Amino acid sequence: MPRVLPWLQGGLLLGAVFLLAVALVKPIGVSTQFVILDAIVWDWINPDIVKEVPESKTGYGSPNAYLNKSGGKYAKNAANPLNYSFIFVIGLAFGAFLSAMLGGDRPAGRQYSMPEVWASNFGTNPWIRFLVAFIAGFLVLFGARLAGGCTSGHMMSGMMQTSVSGYLFAAALFASAIPIAILMFPKRKSA
Amino acid sequence: MTEWILAVVLGTAFGFALNRVGATNPENIINMLRLTDLHLMKVILFAIGFASLLLFAGMGLGWLDPGNLSIKASHFGVIIGGLLLGAGFAIAGYCPGTGLAAAATGRIDGIVFVIGGLVGAFAYTVSHEAIEGTGLLGNLFGGKATIAVTGNEKFTGLLSQYPGEMVAGALAIALILIAVILPKAFRKDGGEAGAKNVVDEDGPVPIKS
Repeated sequence: MPRVLPWLQGGLLLGAVFLLAVALVKPIGVSTQFVILDAIVWDWINPDIVKEVPESKTGYGSPNAYLNKSGGKYAKNAANPLNYSFIFVIGLAFGAFLSAMLGGDRPAGRQYSMPEVWASNFGTNPWIRFLVAFIAGFLVLFGARLAGGCTSGHMMSGMMQTSVSGYLFAAALFASAIPIAILMFPKRKSA
Repeated sequence: MTEWILAVVLGTAFGFALNRVGATNPENIINMLRLTDLHLMKVILFAIGFASLLLFAGMGLGWLDPGNLSIKASHFGVIIGGLLLGAGFAIAGYCPGTGLAAAATGRIDGIVFVIGGLVGAFAYTVSHEAIEGTGLLGNLFGGKATIAVTGNEKFTGLLSQYPGEMVAGALAIALILIAVILPKAFRKDGGEAGAKNVVDEDGPVPIKS
């Protein structure tokens, strides 16, 4: 298998995974699990955050309105991290690692810290890249939770099911991402 | 137990696929968004169209359970959240899934992105109640709605006068066609807009890697 598949083979592989997931269990989604991991850590620090609440729909609840929503769904998943969605995301990381070890895409040299297009526009100081990557991560997950899903759950799984919100989300995402990328990265020197 | 095995198998397959299509490399994401390398755009559009076509065909034939579908509601938060996510996506070249996958392939900026993501998700968790209070999360377009009828009664099908398979099939074929005819690039790497010569080099459908 080549390091990066030609687009048609890649599309077939990625599409097959999205189809299998909805055929066997449910549509793929990732960003909710960031909240679940946060809730697990928060509950270690403050054990009152995730509680058993016999009268709630899921049997769990939280003084935090977000973790308590939908009958304490997130609180329940944080109390029982060995559930499908959380293990799926751990599997995602493992799968990417496995593919990289078996000749897939992996960084070399300064790509461990930044892509070439970053270095071409902002120089090679890794700390600037890390600071900006941290801020971008904040924006991406804050945005994903506000929207109710990310590129996987909202855009790919959503559009696959012809979800109106999936199309709305994809339109908003590219409406900001394309102009920002063009303005922020005007040039790229070949490495 | 079966659920755990499915989670491991499907999650691993997803991470593997993200790596093999090149989505764990932020270079490819940023160059897609700069419109200088549309490889990933073709992959994404084709994958959505292909999966959708088989999903609705499978449901129409009774092989797949519409009960597995999960539709997210439309509200103003989807638009604002999409714009914010798009900004971070362009700046870093990562989204939640690909950022985590990239971190797993050893990319340090991916690890930092994931940590920033955990902080961002926490910031949302503590501000959700206030945001909900603004009415920003009120339903638009009928809330949990689909364009095609899905056969799952929890979700409103907007084009209910036509068979779901037909509507979804038409959308899926449109996405696949766009994936096929989309050129390799709209712009040259230097950044000059409208550089069409990039397109002519290989023709619109490069199959080989």
